[in-house]
Amino acid sequence: MALALQTFPTVRDANAALKAAGTRYLGGGTLVVRAANEGDVLVSSLVRSTDPALSGIAVADGRARIGASVTMAAIARHPELGAIAKAARAVGGPAIRNMATVGGNLFAPAPYGDFAVTLLALDATVSTDDGELPIGDFLAKRDDNHAIVTSVSFALPKAESFRFLKVSRVKPKGVSVLSIAAALEQAGDGAVSSARIALGCMADRPMRARAAEKALIGKRLDRDGIAAALAAAGEGTSPITDPIASAWYRAEVLPVHLGRLLLT
Amino acid sequence: MAKVPVQFTLNGSEKAEFVEGGTTLLHALRDKIGDTSPKGGCHQGTCGACSVIIDGELKLSCLTLAETCGGTDIRTTSGLAEAGVLHPLQRAFLDAFATQCGFCTPGMIMAAKVLLDHTPNPSRDEVVEALSGNICRCTGYEPIIQAVLTAARANSQNAA
Repeated sequence: MALALQTFPTVRDANAALKAAGTRYLGGGTLVVRAANEGDVLVSSLVRSTDPALSGIAVADGRARIGASVTMAAIARHPELGAIAKAARAVGGPAIRNMATVGGNLFAPAPYGDFAVTLLALDATVSTDDGELPIGDFLAKRDDNHAIVTSVSFALPKAESFRFLKVSRVKPKGVSVLSIAAALEQAGDGAVSSARIALGCMADRPMRARAAEKALIGKRLDRDGIAAALAAAGEGTSPITDPIASAWYRAEVLPVHLGRLLLT
Repeated sequence: MAKVPVQFTLNGSEKAEFVEGGTTLLHALRDKIGDTSPKGGCHQGTCGACSVIIDGELKLSCLTLAETCGGTDIRTTSGLAEAGVLHPLQRAFLDAFATQCGFCTPGMIMAAKVLLDHTPNPSRDEVVEALSGNICRCTGYEPIIQAVLTAARANSQNAA
């Protein structure tokens, strides 16, 4: 089926064109061209913007702002984003990483969207022309979103306080059984003072493991200290079932992998 | 729907085509221009058989719209041999029996070429990582990995 692609120099004009029925935004193409190739008749025309504001990475005063068109490969090789490079490298193979964008990852349905899991753990802010939203709120409402994401921003974690794990059956590149990102602050005696843990594949989109986060506060990251968090890890989850793993399997292995991540 | 003009450089030659809106680069290369070296496997970005190099970066031609490639430099496996002499990667793939049915080979070779362009002496792990987006159902991968390592050694000997 023929797809009309309209290219606009500014996000504002692209946003206006995006209001037409059946229109999707074209980022790297790994979601929307794939949908078209699969015969998704809901996609009849595409809009994209070449606005340079979408493709910049800026790091200042401990915060990073990443344009929505920035690819996973660009994040993985950026010298100031080393703390989260591992999460960007976990997405796809090399060709996918040269195409897949930060903006697109926010919309990727499970089992995809591993980088959005990281952004959720970092409590990122998502920017559109309509304003800014905390990523949790953005993800909850993403199906109704009609404004092009322009950038995401977050406080850059120290390398030692950010942990990321993607579990897949095929190494080194495979689709997620699940992914976990954790931003943990520890006091001088090793007790956890703040914890944000985000899970991929444990619902239809990335979610916080709030019960596990709460159970970690004040605890040390040893086997006894994390026991309560592991017991609570599955609270509120509704994992997907797909050809990679069943919901039952994902629920069974989540505490095991969370334990490994917390003890590393 | 009106067709869209697109111009790019393919393996060093200027190409100009009119394509329908939404035409993938894979379709344009194979069915319009006649370069059948990139293969259409999954059309989902999973198998890597359609991999090409666009402006020095490995991309999947099945998920790239042709009309977004205006002014780019596109390289495919069909442009690797020079004056009838195979590229070292092609030679190594043949010698190592790294190609059986051959369907994945052009994608594998483009992924390997990008690796060797940036990392002339890769480790085995780097080869595995570079090929991780390309699926082969025949070889079990080991002959392919060995072929890429052999080509890297051949390149460095030629350069010495």
